[in-house]
Amino acid sequence: MEIEIHVIHYLVISTVMMFCGVYGFFTRKNLLALLISVELMLNATNINFAVFNRYLFPGQLEGHFFSLFGIAIAAAETAVAIAIIINVYRNVKHILTDDITDLKG
Amino acid sequence: MQAEISLAVILIIILLADLILKAPHHKALQTLTCTLMVVQLILNLVPVNQELFGGMYNSTTMASVVKTILTAGTLLVFMQSGRWLSGEDTRHKAGEFYLLTLSTLLGMYFMVSAGSFILFYVGLELASIPMVCLIAFDKYRHHSAEAGAKFILSSMFSSALMLYGLSLVYGTCGTTYFADLPQALTGTPLQLMAMVFFFAGLGFKLSLVPFHMWTPDAYQGAPTPVSGYLSVISKGAAAFALMNILLKVFTPMTEEWGLMLSVTIVLTITIANVFAILQQDLKRFMAYSSISQAGYILLAVLAGSEQGMTALVYYIVVYIVANLAVFGVIGAVEQQTNGRVDREAYNGLYQTNPKLSFVMTLALFSLAGIPPFAGFFSKFFVFASAFHTGYWLVVFLALVNTIISLYYYLLIVKAMYITPNEHPVPAFRSSALMRTSLVVCLIGIVLLGICSGVYQWIDKF
Repeated sequence: MEIEIHVIHYLVISTVMMFCGVYGFFTRKNLLALLISVELMLNATNINFAVFNRYLFPGQLEGHFFSLFGIAIAAAETAVAIAIIINVYRNVKHILTDDITDLKG
Repeated sequence: MQAEISLAVILIIILLADLILKAPHHKALQTLTCTLMVVQLILNLVPVNQELFGGMYNSTTMASVVKTILTAGTLLVFMQSGRWLSGEDTRHKAGEFYLLTLSTLLGMYFMVSAGSFILFYVGLELASIPMVCLIAFDKYRHHSAEAGAKFILSSMFSSALMLYGLSLVYGTCGTTYFADLPQALTGTPLQLMAMVFFFAGLGFKLSLVPFHMWTPDAYQGAPTPVSGYLSVISKGAAAFALMNILLKVFTPMTEEWGLMLSVTIVLTITIANVFAILQQDLKRFMAYSSISQAGYILLAVLAGSEQGMTALVYYIVVYIVANLAVFGVIGAVEQQTNGRVDREAYNGLYQTNPKLSFVMTLALFSLAGIPPFAGFFSKFFVFASAFHTGYWLVVFLALVNTIISLYYYLLIVKAMYITPNEHPVPAFRSSALMRTSLVVCLIGIVLLGICSGVYQWIDKF
């Protein structure tokens, strides 16, 4: 039996990924888990771009390029975020969101 | 493209100077950077209209004017940061501060003159990633690290939301070029959702309610010159980019985003005002003030006309001088008192430092919109443009809020002039560059409003 994969299958996956990321971002307490959730969201958008390009506009390259830029920039962001999380750890000895609540009001 | 190229050259020169000059070189670097920024200003004084790379880069004359304004604002920030950078912890990385700041400026250049969502996104990220490093610049101060962590996570979250919106725009239209998009956008529900996602993403950058949670923390934790930079330059660039895109790209959905903006503006201004009254920490207070100012700037976006565009750019100019004057004074007092930024530190400041108090007072008056200072006129033009398009209810609510804002701005003035204090901050003299920057801000606050030529000059483009 052969299953044909349509654009809709990819979109379902990317949407689920996106909103799992959003859910994780709001519920997790660990800074690294927050980072992972955001990465999930960014990757969902990359899938979207690539799939739209491949299935709907096969003659173009814009979507593919957008995902390439997205991947590169997400990597840069992650590098900076991890550096900052390490710095937080050095200062507070914890990376739980409950422990970095000095600034509020 | 000239502005971008010359700024990139300046970046490289400062990078090399940072490597070559012998430590401690923070003073020499500051002089060099300020000189180069003046050169950059002079080189790009004449606005140009240019389209390159098949429409990917599209710098209108108005974008060119905005770039010049942003450069001038950055120069003011550099002039104010000397004292902070000469501290023990920061002295050796003064070069990094200038490099990172200029990178964000370069990103904003690309952001305001993008002709395609790809370049826009790259510019936006170039403007926000180095910004995170700037916020977490005081490595050994725990607040700085905390603010950095909060900023990077919310910034990534917002760009992911924005990208999701952009991917839906691409999926429904098949192009990312601003020039082709209005024909392809028809206002289907999916496209509406894409627009809302995009707006939410930029709303984070502009710190609009309900996306404003990171702002007070980031401003309070960041070093004072960085808070100043964050509050004016990056906000101004984001506001201009938002207006540009809403007008150029989402033209077929004007009605929908008009409604969305109206609600956001009223919420932003009101909630920010209520919270600003409660603040004791001056940097945090300025954060809430800048959130409400962002609401006023958005009134010009709401107008969605040529008049609105001029009002927006004029508002940015006035906002830059007034806000940087306040942050300059906060920074000067903070350095003098070992990091005190609470309002009580300002009690009786007038007795010992009358000039600083005077600058601060005029700047606060301008922010509150009291005539004859520039802030009154900028608010007036913004209100007029939104009223002209027919949003009189939003304008009325914003007007009521202006009166509330007067109260909390005057609280600081009261602390400086009236509240008695046995031990006010002793009289001190700031560095020459700092004083020059404050004088420039002061001249701007007083003259920009009175000289109507400025508004007309901007209106020409």
